[in-house]
Amino acid sequence: MTINPAFAPWLDPQAKPIIDFQSVTKNYGDFTAIDNIDLKIYPREFFALLGPSGCGKTTLMRMLAGFETATKGTILIDGQDMADVPAHKRAVNMMFQSYALFPHLSVADNIAFGLKRSDMPKSEIGGRVDEMLRLVQLGKFAKRKPHQLSGGQRQRVALARALAKGPKLLLLDEPLGALDKKLRHETQFELMDIQEKTGTTFVIVTHDQEEAMTVASRIAVMDHGRLAQVDTPDRVYEVPNSVYVADFIGDVNIIRGAVGSVDSDIADLKWSEGAAPIRALAGPDLKPGARAAFAVRPEKVGISQSEPTDMHNRVQGRVEDIAYLGNMSMYFVRLADGTLVKAQVANVRRISRRGITWDDQVWLSWTDTAGIILPD
Amino acid sequence: MNVSRKFLIGVPYVWLLILFLIPFLIVFKIALSDYAVSIPPYAPTLDLANGWQGILDLLSGLDFENFAFLLDDDLYWKAYLSSVQIAATATLLTLLVGFPIAYGMVNAPDEWRPSLMMLVILPFWTSFLIRVYAWIGILSNEGLLNSFLLWLGVISEPLIILNTNIAVYIGIVYTYLPFMILPIYASLEKLDASLLEAAQDLGCTRIGAFWAVTVHLAKPGIIAGCFLVFIPALGEVVIPSLLGGSRTLMIGKVLWEEFFSNRDWTVASAVAIILLLILVIPIVLFQRNEQKQREAGQ
Repeated sequence: MTINPAFAPWLDPQAKPIIDFQSVTKNYGDFTAIDNIDLKIYPREFFALLGPSGCGKTTLMRMLAGFETATKGTILIDGQDMADVPAHKRAVNMMFQSYALFPHLSVADNIAFGLKRSDMPKSEIGGRVDEMLRLVQLGKFAKRKPHQLSGGQRQRVALARALAKGPKLLLLDEPLGALDKKLRHETQFELMDIQEKTGTTFVIVTHDQEEAMTVASRIAVMDHGRLAQVDTPDRVYEVPNSVYVADFIGDVNIIRGAVGSVDSDIADLKWSEGAAPIRALAGPDLKPGARAAFAVRPEKVGISQSEPTDMHNRVQGRVEDIAYLGNMSMYFVRLADGTLVKAQVANVRRISRRGITWDDQVWLSWTDTAGIILPD
Repeated sequence: MNVSRKFLIGVPYVWLLILFLIPFLIVFKIALSDYAVSIPPYAPTLDLANGWQGILDLLSGLDFENFAFLLDDDLYWKAYLSSVQIAATATLLTLLVGFPIAYGMVNAPDEWRPSLMMLVILPFWTSFLIRVYAWIGILSNEGLLNSFLLWLGVISEPLIILNTNIAVYIGIVYTYLPFMILPIYASLEKLDASLLEAAQDLGCTRIGAFWAVTVHLAKPGIIAGCFLVFIPALGEVVIPSLLGGSRTLMIGKVLWEEFFSNRDWTVASAVAIILLLILVIPIVLFQRNEQKQREAGQ
């Protein structure tokens, strides 16, 4: 997302959140779906709840919509406690994963459905519907029934219907899940565009980390009902706070070992007998001697045939496999102790000029700040 | 068009010709004949021995007297009107009973559904006549219902239900309930629960969402169910004869008496022809509803 550098209300202690989860827990019988979550989301944010299925992200969203109530804790929307506010009285609208378009109503009537049940005067409804149809570029389809539309068009109708009442908060449950990859990419940018135009706060639930990275101002990575990390996409990617987050977002090399020394922001990891310790950024809560894991992205690992002397972190290995992906190649390098490390190289040259091939002895190297050492 | 296709399309037409059109024409011919003390009890009859002259004699002997008679005697149009009224009321009652049952079945746990479905269909395994007789045992003055209510002390004298229109309503609702439940169940079963949530999300109360989504989407099932009950209930003979009283006026009963008590086949046939014409209207409407559903479902 093209973030205006000034837009970071989560850093401003004075900013008033639009959503405030205070120690919220949700149990279904013995099962804890949401485990004591505290979370603030600010106006105009495009906030992504990301996690594998069953992590609680949908439950969290359904609590905002009013379809679930918290077992413990308080949920505030715009400062108002939502405990006793039923779904139909909330200034919150939801775009459903299945779209949930009313099959017996036309596109225009679907969009007008919420407006007819609001205090909007009848004379203004038609204009508002036209405005929404223009926003999602479906003007020509106003009279069609949902079953006469393609998947992408249905998705737009669902979006227009959810936005028609001008909610303070729009919830999107896996909004692009049913679309094919190309359409999904286009729609991601459209969503961001519409979010910017309308100034609505968007909360999106997704299991697709790429989608979350693309659209969101901040991402909450969830794991078993807890928030593993809440941060901007670049920080979630570059400085994950746990192995779980590092592993969930993007591709990563994990090397396990024990913490050596810890400086203020740089730490050492002893990972293999006789090998020099890895030096990297220190993650949170590292104690010398404790078990830890070094996480580094494949694109931050360099590969060369001769030993690089200018880097502290360098290891030797044998090329076991090469995956040619067109725009880049992934080298799978087996180290002496058996660890497999991936190094990704952009294919700026034609493939025939590539110097490294299968079974070559190579050097892998990375800077001290390329990776991060995390408690394991 | 090849032969086998012609054959496939031809089968239902031949079926209709033999089992509907020819009997209909015979009944129509009898309706146009005059009453006679003979076997069969009407005149003229077709005498093929006279060839063309026989057919012409037959045609010249036919007239619309019986239909004129139906208009003259107010018993008949009162019976038609009363049948429509009883069938319509009974259909509405069946809907009021059937919809909650279908709704309950759809919302029941998955493992219960086959059993519930079985319970709806099960009565069909017993003779219809026996089941109607069973209701006599339940509803009569010394019947199960009255004995039970007297035993409870709710009433001090037996309720007179049998041989009234109330008994006829009970009988029709009981008999035709599955025809109401099954189409409504089929239309509700396809309902996506997220539609109800979407309606609530957009500002409907729970009841509002139920009306705007559930009832609206069940409409084809409700319409189909109503026709499936109304059409046979209109011509019902057994239920008004066994459960209804002397004042229960239904055209099916009149027809039966005309045929078997009066042995006036000609008037009975005219009554049957008019009943058929009345039924054609709802049947056409029903077919149109089905057609619309098929088109919408594409």
